[in-house]
Amino acid sequence: MTVSFLRRRVFTTDHRQLAILYLFLGLAAVIAGTLLSLLMRLHRTWPALALPFYGVLKPEDYLALVTMHGTLMVFFVLTIVPQSAFPNLVLPAQIGATRMAFPKLNAAAFWITLASFLTLLSAFFVPQGAPIAGWTSYPPFTEFAAAGPGQGAGMDLWIIAIALFCVAAEAASVNFLVTILRLRCSGMTFRRLPLTVWSWLVSSGLTVIAFSALLAAAAMLLTDRHFGTSFFLPSGEVLNGIVQRPGSGSPMLWLHLFWFFGHPEVYISILPGMGLASSLLANFTRRSVPAYGLMVVCTLLIGVLGLGVWGHHMFVSGMNPYAGTAFGLTTIAIAVPSSAEVLTWLAMLFRGRLQVASPLLFTLGFLSFFIAGGLTGPILAQPALDAYLHNTFFVVAHFHLVMAMAGVFSVFAGIYYWYPLLTGRLLNEMLGQIHFWISLVAAYGTFFPMHLAGLAGEPRHYAQLAGPVTTFANLLPVERGITWSAFLLAAAQIVFLMNILWSVRRCSHVDANPWRATTLEWSPILHPIVRNGPYVYGPTAAPQQDFLPQWATSEPRVRSS
Amino acid sequence: MNWLPPNGALDGVTLDHLLRWNLAVVFWLFVMSQALLVSALLWRLRRSTAGPTMVRPSKAFFIGELLVLLAVTGLYIAMDFTGHQLWAARREAGPAEHPVQVEVTGVQFQWYFRYPGADDAYGRIRPALVSAPNGNPLGLDPADPHSADDIVSSILTLPAGRPVDLRLRSQDVIHGLFIPGMRLKQDAIPGLIGHLQFTPTVPGDYVILCSQVCGLGHARMQARLRVLSQPDYDRWIASREKSLLADASGARP
Amino acid sequence: MPATFTRHQVETERRDTGYGGKPPVDRRPTGGGGGDENWDSRPSGRRGPREQLVRFRLAMFSGLAGDFVFFAVLVSAFFVRPSSGHISAADTFISDWHPLQAPPILWINTAILLLSTLTMETARRQLFHEIDVMEEWLGLGRPAVRRAAPWLIATIVLGLLFLAGQWIAWEQLSREGFFFSSNPNSHFFYLVTGTHAFHLIVGIGALLFALVAMFRFRKVELRQIAVDCTAWYWHAMGLFWIFLFALIVFFQ
Ligand code: HEA
Ligand code: HEA
Ligand code: CUA
Ligand SMILES: [Cu+2]
Repeated sequence: MTVSFLRRRVFTTDHRQLAILYLFLGLAAVIAGTLLSLLMRLHRTWPALALPFYGVLKPEDYLALVTMHGTLMVFFVLTIVPQSAFPNLVLPAQIGATRMAFPKLNAAAFWITLASFLTLLSAFFVPQGAPIAGWTSYPPFTEFAAAGPGQGAGMDLWIIAIALFCVAAEAASVNFLVTILRLRCSGMTFRRLPLTVWSWLVSSGLTVIAFSALLAAAAMLLTDRHFGTSFFLPSGEVLNGIVQRPGSGSPMLWLHLFWFFGHPEVYISILPGMGLASSLLANFTRRSVPAYGLMVVCTLLIGVLGLGVWGHHMFVSGMNPYAGTAFGLTTIAIAVPSSAEVLTWLAMLFRGRLQVASPLLFTLGFLSFFIAGGLTGPILAQPALDAYLHNTFFVVAHFHLVMAMAGVFSVFAGIYYWYPLLTGRLLNEMLGQIHFWISLVAAYGTFFPMHLAGLAGEPRHYAQLAGPVTTFANLLPVERGITWSAFLLAAAQIVFLMNILWSVRRCSHVDANPWRATTLEWSPILHPIVRNGPYVYGPTAAPQQDFLPQWATSEPRVRSS
Repeated sequence: MNWLPPNGALDGVTLDHLLRWNLAVVFWLFVMSQALLVSALLWRLRRSTAGPTMVRPSKAFFIGELLVLLAVTGLYIAMDFTGHQLWAARREAGPAEHPVQVEVTGVQFQWYFRYPGADDAYGRIRPALVSAPNGNPLGLDPADPHSADDIVSSILTLPAGRPVDLRLRSQDVIHGLFIPGMRLKQDAIPGLIGHLQFTPTVPGDYVILCSQVCGLGHARMQARLRVLSQPDYDRWIASREKSLLADASGARP
Repeated sequence: MPATFTRHQVETERRDTGYGGKPPVDRRPTGGGGGDENWDSRPSGRRGPREQLVRFRLAMFSGLAGDFVFFAVLVSAFFVRPSSGHISAADTFISDWHPLQAPPILWINTAILLLSTLTMETARRQLFHEIDVMEEWLGLGRPAVRRAAPWLIATIVLGLLFLAGQWIAWEQLSREGFFFSSNPNSHFFYLVTGTHAFHLIVGIGALLFALVAMFRFRKVELRQIAVDCTAWYWHAMGLFWIFLFALIVFFQ
């Protein structure tokens, strides 16, 4: 029995099972990342606090927490869940396929990801602990074990984990690409693809490119550390009094390579959420996505432009000022398609009638955060202003709103929406709404005040507010507020986990298509023939039916008024 | 926006001005869009019983969206343009005539400031000679005549009203020179020399921070910028030169 | 978790093979989608003999795209470093880049590798030679395989020759005192050529696999896929080498 269970549920090549495994992995990562962030918050506000079984956190411990928090959250939460778990869950179904193009490759990707995850976590348990260089790991700080605690074995493990993750992400993406391009069912033309599929197409393409760059960079860093190369190592290094071996590289090379990966990566983490938002808004307003073509073009544009803006993370790195100007322009350019999508979503809200349910609420939350965080983008995109704001909490506020919270809320939207696919039951609506409202308020309470701390000039990666020369003590009240609402925010997630566990058994069964949705993951037929677009909502010829699913056999007949 | 620390630099005035209107614009966009989201919810409650509205988006719909998009785009361009003028003035224009020259060196976890001295030339530096205990944290080469009159200080002292040209370098890892009061930030990258121009105007004390994670002492890596009036500054330099000479003669047997 | 997995049971039975019951032949030897009708309007799994092949090709190509970026990044280092070097004590900029005299044997290696792409391509085309494929498909014999095998073996030999040549090049350099870490240029050279050599070793593994596959696999389509994908991989490595070689010889 157990053996067959293992084969059916764990060592399987079935994409839905893999989706569940990915979800559990993401859940483990997000719980770890959240606990780390709470420790960070505690330390920022009560530096003298002694933790049970550990004692008072040292500054290097704080930096290790930040580094691991960022790495876990970016790679193992917001890349894995929207870009690996969700496609495995619904991608084949949404294009009318019954399987992935390369099930074994797909499964392999998961196991490599798991290996990468364990490698990363093991960094906590090696002598001197986890790396402290931040998730961007700028050399030469990452070149020498002597540069600080955690920069020895911990740093090596970090690099290896990242390299493994790159391989896994690319394997998964190759499979998605081929699946989307070749396994579409008959009639599923490109103009009939759901916007989620378009997003996965673009983000998978980005993954193949961006993660290859990171893989190469990681390999070079590793050879620098252990095989005497010096890609990122300049000469004349004096590290705590000792002259280091002369190198002839430049740390700038790493900055360029990392951000050439880093910026596409952040769009990889949000594009699926954007596609999902479009689909859900169409579903819960019972209206088509207006300007479907425009949305597709914007998604493609974001993908293409996303490859050309990395310099906006390097405005004050001493990069050529003219390059700064150029990257500022491309960054402004990429804000335009994003804004176009935002405006379309806002417009959609006022067509037809909102059906209020937790997936919709979380989609609205996604919108709210994406706008809130996105709007500070064009400010940061100005080199002149970024020269003051760079690496302050203003940036931390920016990306927690636009990436962390928007991303996490779209993950929630997806889980509330697709839960019936997994269990045949809906999540409890009341718990869902409680979860939503507390999370919404607490998230703003946590990340909005960070703008103010940033404007006051508080830098990132500061283990304590008080230094030898100055202190940010005047920010302490703000910091306290942030910490409290961070705890509230994390507590709200308990409601969500309870809801999941509770609903698996308790909630009542629902029929095959509970949201009266049009896309094929809800189709009762296995080999449908698609005759119409993905979002045909509105009164149809049929009396009771206000939508025309893609598996419908009749031509779309929608009254326009 | 009294959150910003008091500004003491020439460009700081422009920067604060820009930052304020950027924040204002963005804040109102934020409020408006959030209002739209909320009103969508409320609106729906009011007309929950009403029949379906527009099914196919009308032409006006697209034109409306396009106009708003154009407006927003215009806004971004305006932001970028105004911002770029400041950037060009600050970074794309070279150093001014006869700036006050200071070399800033980042070391885990210290900032050192070196004045070229009377000969206006920095003495040679040899990594091998670096040793803080022996009072030579930068590894100044005594063999080089230029290095004799170089003043090394842990406090950055500058005259008010004169353009300054900072020479930015790092000994070990990447540090970030951040002077909030001067609205100034640039990374100090080992192996590269950065240059940074600004003009302090308001005498007083300002904080110098490190904005690039550089190790366990990152948060402690702070220093003080003291902006003096020109005469006070001259007096300070003179006194430092004198003490240098004194040390030199004292060192001689 | 019943709802979906009941549904999933059904699928396992109806899981499509990806081969349409037709001989895997095509007018265009390297062609894509298949015959005259528009296969795309058919359900996936019924899109004709080449469906599976096209899938694997696509995967191979996107994988190679990633690999290309990987090499491009290594090369970008090549362009950053000559400009890098370091600022000497006296504020003068010292480049640590000592141009490296490419050992002449590299020219021979290049020729060998180019030759091997040709043999590989001939081998690949044999498996798409229409009449032979028909014959194999009808089970009357293995003319295509028999024709392709020698070319495949030739490719393997040439590949090994190339690797040996690279080894000799490294030997010569190290005798001249260019060790992996003696200066930036030399370890760049070793890293790039080394990485490329590693790719070729993988490629030779693939070739051996393809060779075995040709005789072991019962499905004509699978034999074609094995050889075809290996061929594209091999071609890509040839292409990458041309870039790297040009860099090493001309751009320093
Ligand atoms: C996805 C990205 C993500 C997420 C979700 C978060 C979540 C949080 N982060 Fe994080 N953070 C980063 C990405 C993220 N962060 C990055 C990249 C950095 C920079 C690191 C560096 O500089 O190196 C950073 C840095 C950072 C700092 C700056 C530290 C410093 O520089 O000094 C702080 C400080 O307060 C902070 C706090 C928090 C808090 C309180 C949360 C709380 O919101 C946590 C609450 C948790 C949730 C709301 C998520 C719950 C989600 C689920 C339960 C879904 C699970 C479901 C499935 C997976 C199936 N973070
Ligand atoms: C999902 C992730 C994500 C997304 C989508 C974005 C989106 C954007 N980001 Fe962000 N960014 C990050 C994740 C993300 N960012 C992270 C993680 C970092 C820090 C990394 C680190 O240092 O650790 C960062 C840092 C960062 C910087 C560097 C800051 C610094 O370090 O100094 C910059 C600078 O240009 C920038 C710019 C932008 C811009 C212009 C957008 C634009 O795409 C935004 C577009 C969206 C909008 C402009 C909103 C549109 C809304 C409207 C138009 C409303 C209309 C209103 C009405 C009609 C009423 N980001
Ligand atoms: Cu020096 Cu941070
Ligand atoms: Cu970016």
